[in-house]
Amino acid sequence: MSLKYWSVWVLALWVLAAIVASLVDFQPNQIHLDLILAKPSFGHLLGFDDLGREILPRLLAGAQVSLLVVALVTIITASVGIMLGMVSGYYGGWVDRTLIQITDVFLAFPGILLAIAFAAVLGAGLSNLILALSITSWVGYARLTRAQVLSLRQRQHVMAAESLGSSTLRIMLKHMLPLLAAPLLVEATYSMAGLVIAEASLSFLGLGIQAPNASWGAMLRDGVRYMLIAPHFVLAVGLSLMTLVLAVNVLGDRLRDYLDIHG
Amino acid sequence: MMMRLLGVVPVVLGVVLLTFLLVHAVPGDPVEVMLGESASSADRMQLRADLGLDQPIYVQFGVYLNKLAHGDLGVSIHSKKPIVDLLAERLPATAKLALLALSFAILIGLPLGIVAALKVSQWPDKLANLLSLSISAMPHFWMGPMLMMIFALWLGLLPVSGMESGTAVILPALTLGFSLAAILTRMTRASMLEVLHEDFIRTARAKGLTERAVILRHALRAALLPIVTVLGLQLGSLLAGTVITETVFSWDGIGRLLVESIEKRDYPVTQACVLVVALIYVMVNLATDIIYTKIDPRVRFAS
Repeated sequence: MSLKYWSVWVLALWVLAAIVASLVDFQPNQIHLDLILAKPSFGHLLGFDDLGREILPRLLAGAQVSLLVVALVTIITASVGIMLGMVSGYYGGWVDRTLIQITDVFLAFPGILLAIAFAAVLGAGLSNLILALSITSWVGYARLTRAQVLSLRQRQHVMAAESLGSSTLRIMLKHMLPLLAAPLLVEATYSMAGLVIAEASLSFLGLGIQAPNASWGAMLRDGVRYMLIAPHFVLAVGLSLMTLVLAVNVLGDRLRDYLDIHG
Repeated sequence: MMMRLLGVVPVVLGVVLLTFLLVHAVPGDPVEVMLGESASSADRMQLRADLGLDQPIYVQFGVYLNKLAHGDLGVSIHSKKPIVDLLAERLPATAKLALLALSFAILIGLPLGIVAALKVSQWPDKLANLLSLSISAMPHFWMGPMLMMIFALWLGLLPVSGMESGTAVILPALTLGFSLAAILTRMTRASMLEVLHEDFIRTARAKGLTERAVILRHALRAALLPIVTVLGLQLGSLLAGTVITETVFSWDGIGRLLVESIEKRDYPVTQACVLVVALIYVMVNLATDIIYTKIDPRVRFAS
């Protein structure tokens, strides 16, 4: 086990933890009134929160929510974005101009502002959280795919396939998509790191998963309130979030260097 | 230049349309959601008429655009005050916070990036890389409380939150500034590394300029271009970051107004906050593009 690949190991560990938490019921919502804000101890490694719930199982449940949201939003936005980008880049003309205009409008909303607004009006809950994040994060994939397809369209193997009468769908899927995989993979990795933070931000503002279910953002908000008397609470959640985001970002850097992608 | 200015028009229209549609994304009846179930039917009718929700949607959009053109953003459901006044009250606080954060980011990020590029692969570079990576992984709602814990609660140097004291702006500005500084460090390093290999740097050294002049006057000036662009784009994450940071530090700016309006289901205010922040961002990017042409005489807008 090389230390060089620590980002992969950290990520794998969190994914494993999330899977285990979804298979085994660690009772993350179980309340122990005598153990409110109890410090970490041998049997309870991370201690208890402000309602007397054990932090470790809640942390795992939060990881499960976070990774589930990130995975689903990535699948939805990558599919939609890649499809729109391909159509736009391949056909050009008014289709392309329309898509560019639409993406420009979405990019005019800074950061997660639009996701916050959509999550607010849609109402709380897991599916609305996924919807709000999906509405706002397909743009990166669409722009990247379009730019790549514009140049791929001039490649000889694509022109050869066209003159041999391949269907457009076949050209897109067999002749273009494999060449898009590397840059899209890097884009997806960075986007996932952003989504982990976005999900936590929305939950922090009370717009994501609702109580009593655990999410890292909501746990951090509660933890901050008891920062002085029970620092173990906020530290456990904050450091967990940090390791996950750091691992995904570093993985993105490594992938980019390895696949030799610029920009 | 004219083309760039005109290009903003469809974007602004699209932004207005999307924020207009926000209220229509409310599941069910927005009036019921906003007033709650206990509201009288007279109140509901009143609000429905005030918001124009009894009209067809294209008429509503026309009315919305017309009001907007006259500087009318509607009235807050909660406080009954004109939203324009609410925004005008809060805007200076956010501007102060954002500008100070930007200054912190430049003061920290630029020198750190330059040093990292000059000492590439040595310990200053590695340290800068480690710092910027770790800070990038710290969302504002984690960085903010940590700074609060260290500087306000343990060391007692700065106020915890609020706006009463003059130094209260420092911690929220640092929270926002650090994450921008992390990106700026990486950008400056990459941009400087590229420039330092150029022929004109070798020429500058060969003609006997001091290293200081070579770095600051020749290399940095050329390296600054991509940095300015990224800075313009990243101001967006700074603006979006004010929402969380202002909430953490009880700083009464537009970001906190947005969160308060969400909690009170005062959606016209939510809508207005989102619109104003997005429009500010569009204008900042436009300004960045124009500044770009001023710094680099080679760049001209395609006619």
